[in-house]
Order: sequence, then structure tokens, then C-alpha cells
Amino acid sequence: MQKLINWVDERLPIVEAWNKHLAKYYAPKNFNVWYFFGSLAMLVLVNQLVTGIWLTMSYNPSAEGAFASVEYIMRDVEWGWLLRYLHSTGASAFFVVVYLHMFRGLMYGSYQKPRELIWIFGMLIYLVLMAEAFMGYLLPWGQMSYWGAQVIVNLFGAIPVIGEDLSLWIRGDYLISGITLNRFFALHVVALPIVLLGLVVLHILALHEVGSNNPDGIDIKKNKDENGIPKDGIPFHPYYTVHDLLGVGVFFFIFFIVVFFFPEVGGLFLEKPNFEPANALKTPAHIAPVWYFTPFYAMLRAVTVDFMGLPAKFWGVVVMGGAIAILFVLPWLDRSPVRSIRYKGWLSKIALAIFAVSFVILGYLGLVPATEGRTTVAQILTVLYFLYFILMPFYTRMENTKPVPERVTG
Amino acid sequence: MKKLIVGLFIALLPALGLAAGAAVPLDHMEPDHTDKASLQRGAALFTNYCMGCHSMEYARYKRVADDLEIPVELYEENLIFTGAKIGELMKNSMSKDMAAGWFGAPPPDLTLETRLRGESWVYSYLRGFYKDDSRPLGVNNVVFDNVGMPHILVEMQGLCAVKPNIGVGASVEPLSGNVNNADACPDYATEGSMSGAEFDQAMWDLTNFMSYMGDPVKVERERLGIFVLIFVAIFFVFAYLLNREYWKDVH
Repeated sequence: MQKLINWVDERLPIVEAWNKHLAKYYAPKNFNVWYFFGSLAMLVLVNQLVTGIWLTMSYNPSAEGAFASVEYIMRDVEWGWLLRYLHSTGASAFFVVVYLHMFRGLMYGSYQKPRELIWIFGMLIYLVLMAEAFMGYLLPWGQMSYWGAQVIVNLFGAIPVIGEDLSLWIRGDYLISGITLNRFFALHVVALPIVLLGLVVLHILALHEVGSNNPDGIDIKKNKDENGIPKDGIPFHPYYTVHDLLGVGVFFFIFFIVVFFFPEVGGLFLEKPNFEPANALKTPAHIAPVWYFTPFYAMLRAVTVDFMGLPAKFWGVVVMGGAIAILFVLPWLDRSPVRSIRYKGWLSKIALAIFAVSFVILGYLGLVPATEGRTTVAQILTVLYFLYFILMPFYTRMENTKPVPERVTG
Repeated sequence: MKKLIVGLFIALLPALGLAAGAAVPLDHMEPDHTDKASLQRGAALFTNYCMGCHSMEYARYKRVADDLEIPVELYEENLIFTGAKIGELMKNSMSKDMAAGWFGAPPPDLTLETRLRGESWVYSYLRGFYKDDSRPLGVNNVVFDNVGMPHILVEMQGLCAVKPNIGVGASVEPLSGNVNNADACPDYATEGSMSGAEFDQAMWDLTNFMSYMGDPVKVERERLGIFVLIFVAIFFVFAYLLNREYWKDVH
């Protein structure tokens, strides 16, 4: 065995790579429960890739055959129902762990210098993931697949001058059709997964270059022992590999409860109208995107006034796009001398709490039909969402921070 | 920080109540896919009364025969009228275009009807027909207003003269002991071959069968799920012990 390793290592630096990324990658020893979600995201990614490959073997990407082929997978393909539910539940699980992973970053300032690039790669992953989920959702070719895609692609039509042509170009047709389905299928199973994997590699390479942050937001590389090993660091393998197994156990327990007992989650993971084949002549009474898009959908609907001669719909798209775009510049908005929420002042704590609650309530509002009262609430929450970012340079500088300890705490 | 997390979960709660939200009151129906006798009665009803117009074209006869423990010969003899082979999909011979001319819209495929609308909706709908001479077919439905479907089970239920009380449920008057609303229909224009309770049971069986057709693997899935969860729980114990052993030397 050692001979084989040596043979390969002389030709490819596998030992060096193993040490750099696992056995001699020193991670802070004070990771808490919030630090499980990165590796869990990787686990879900593998689940999506593996189940996706097998689903592709029986799926028929045509307007005539797509819906029936999904039911064929559910009924006639051996274990097809399991593959499909693992994939559909995995899609939602991906967003659950990614949102928690991002929230961890917000709490502990993981985006701050020198980790700006990690944050930006992460945001790009999030963006590609949204595109991947959106295109994947068209594939079952149910009513909500169809009309959801119709609504979202039409949003591009709100862009002045080029809008109409742009949405026509995306669809490849005057309405969502088999042509759209075919190209979304190609992008969903080939193009976007490749981009996603590339970004994940960049995300991790950038992380391993500067090292992991921790709940105290302390730079552990400042305190090294005589061998140059951080005093508060422990090798990722075996300590965090066995530690992450615990997280995997808990995650799988919840994940499989959904897969085996509540795969629809009451219409939240699999929407009920999607049990009816796509019909271009019949609009569903209420079109709602899947839960992980609804905060942004609520922001889109919250904009109801025309402005500067452009329709409200256009400004809705601008607000929705801005809500995601503003996350990219987060590393430069935070002017606090400390990273972690533990040592920031109460202004930062309140701002983060308001932001998180606003995001969750917006998610709820995006799921339910709009009423006048709900739109008003959505408008207020949209403003609060943006204020978290826009006011960040001020409140992070104004507030009194607590002294940061030299070494990590428990 | 803990308060923040708790707050987040509380804010999430309203999303869980989304499943409810139908405007029309419905009679609750909880399917039981392990009740083979009920599923067999439902299959007989569906094949005899519904399949003339409605297909179940995503499912195969053979699967139904196997899951419901109906011998293949018996199934072919009594429950296949189109000359289809046992391994074929459960289509019917009615042309969708012609059906659209007769009813305004072609009768929908019903394989996934209970997953689209829910078991309670189907159970209430099947018992919701009443006499309405203003409608072309002489009937209307309290669950589905201006329905295009004729009351196909009228010989069994009879025709209700007034709107049946769906979503109310039976109740006992405390003083007299009289049972109110035991039959959803208080007044029949024409009598059927079944009593109200018998018809309710028949519709329960039919809905149960349709629910099974929407999710045929449910019983097997939930049976396997238990073993999967036990496996994950045991895995967790070993992962916990392994983790504890390694982390002993981290201070």
C-alpha cells in the first residue's frame, strides 16, 4: 500500500494535498453547532449529484413525456420513488443548510478581511444554486413548474428596451414550451453542476489558504507554538471529520423523516398543483415559488408604485436583484474592529436579529396570496432588510465593542 | 443568541399551517392504505363507475392487482373492460377531444387526484351532489360549484333535493338523544339503493383507493423508514462514541 502511495505521490502530490486540506489543516478547536452546515452542504451536494444521475436515466425531457416519466420513475422504476424523494427533499435541504451556513457567516463575521473572496465564492454558489433549483423545478412539468417558470422568465421582460427580447431568448419560444424544457434540462444536469462544483473547489481552496474563522472571530494563526502550529488549532482530520459525523447523523435523522414520512411537507417541498400536468391554457389560482425563493418573491411583490416612468414590476425586479447583489459587498460594509457578534455592540445584535426575522417573515409572505395588509408588511420588511446593509457602515463603527480575548473561549 | 434562534423558529411556524386554507368546508377523510378489503371495494367501484370516463394512465393494472392481493385472472376477468393486458397502463377508450365536446372539458386523469386536491376534498366532493335544474345535467355540487360532471352514482346515493351538509359532521342532541346530520343529505328527491351510511362507507372506500393510487408506495415507504431511522440512530451512537474518544485529547 505504502509503495503504491509513493509511486503515485512521485507523480501527483497526493500526500501534500491530504496534509494541506485534512491531516495538517488546523481548524480552531472552538467550532460550535453552526459549523456543521458547511460539510452538510457538501453532503447534500453529493446526494443531489448521485440521485440526479440516476433520475436522468429514466427521465424524459420532452413536453409530451416529462410528467409521465416522473410518474414512471415513482411507480415502475425499482427504487425510483426513493431516488426522486431524495432528490426533491435534497433540493430543499440544500437551501436549509446553505441559509444556516450563511447566517453563521453573518453572526461570526466570517466574510471580514481576509475572507472576502470566500464570501464572494459562497455568494456565487448561492446564485448558481438558485438557478439550478429554478431550472430543476421546471422538469417535472407540472402546473406549478410551468407557471412558476412563466412568471420568473417574464420578470426579465420588465427590463426596459431589451426585456421582451431577452425573455423570448431565454424561453426560446413565445411561451414556456418543450424547447424551454429541453434547454433547462441541459443547463440543470450539465452546465450548472459543473459551474457549481468549480465554485465549491474555489470556496474551499480560498478557505484553506487563510484558515477558518471561529465563533470568537479570533485569528488563531497569531498564537503559534514552537512547531508553527496554532495553539488553538486542531487537525481537521481526524478531529473534525469524526465531529462532522455527528452532524451527519442528526441531519440524516431529520432528512429521512421527511423522505420516508412527509415527502411533500404539506405542499412546502412538493407543491400540490404540481400533481397536475402543465397546461398552457389553465392558470392556477395561486402561483407561489418554492419556499426557498419566497423572501425575494415577497420583495418583488412589495413594490407597487411606478417610478421615473418605469413600471412597478421593473422596480420590483430591481429590488429583488438588489437584495441578492447587496450581499456581495457585505465584506466592505462591515467596519467593525471585531468579527464575532459575541464582541460586537448591541446595535449589531439588534440589526442582525431584525434582519433574520424580516427574512423569515418575508419568506412566509411570499408563500401566501397577497392582500393589502400583507403587502404593507412586506414593504416595511423589505426596507428593514436593506437597512441592515445600508446602515451597517454606520452602526458597526459607532457602537462600543467588547474586548476580544487573546485565545478562543469554550 | 439562543433567543434569536427560538424567535426564528417561532417566526417559521405560520408556514407550517399552509396546508389548510380551502375555502369550502370539507368532511375530513384519513386514508388507510393497509385496509386491503376497503381498497378492493374501492377498486371495484372505480373500475365500474369512474373508469368509463376517467383514466389512471400513470398506473398499471398489474401493480394494483399485486398490491391489493387480487389474483391476476380474477382481475382480468372482472376489472379490465378494454381488453388491455394486465401489464398495461390504466387508460380508457374515451377520446379526450370528444369528451371535451360532451362535458365542456375532458374528464381529468385521476391517478394523482388525491395528491392534487387532498383526500378530504375527494371524499366530500363525491358526497356533495344535489339536484339543480338550472344546470345542464340537472345536478350541482357543494364542493365544486357548477360542476361539469354528471352525478354518476345517483342510483346508489339517490338524488339529494337540497344542498347536502358537507363539512358539518354528525352530532347528538344532548336532550333528546337524536342524531343530527347522520346523513349529509337531509331530503332526497329520488331514493337510491343505499342508505346514507352505506353510501358514505362506499365513498370512503373509493377515496381510499384513489389515495392509494396517488401514492402506492406509502405503506412500504413508511415501513422502510422505520428501519432507516433505527439505522441512523445506531450510527449516531457509534459516531458519538468515536467522536468522544478522539476529542479526549483536545483541551
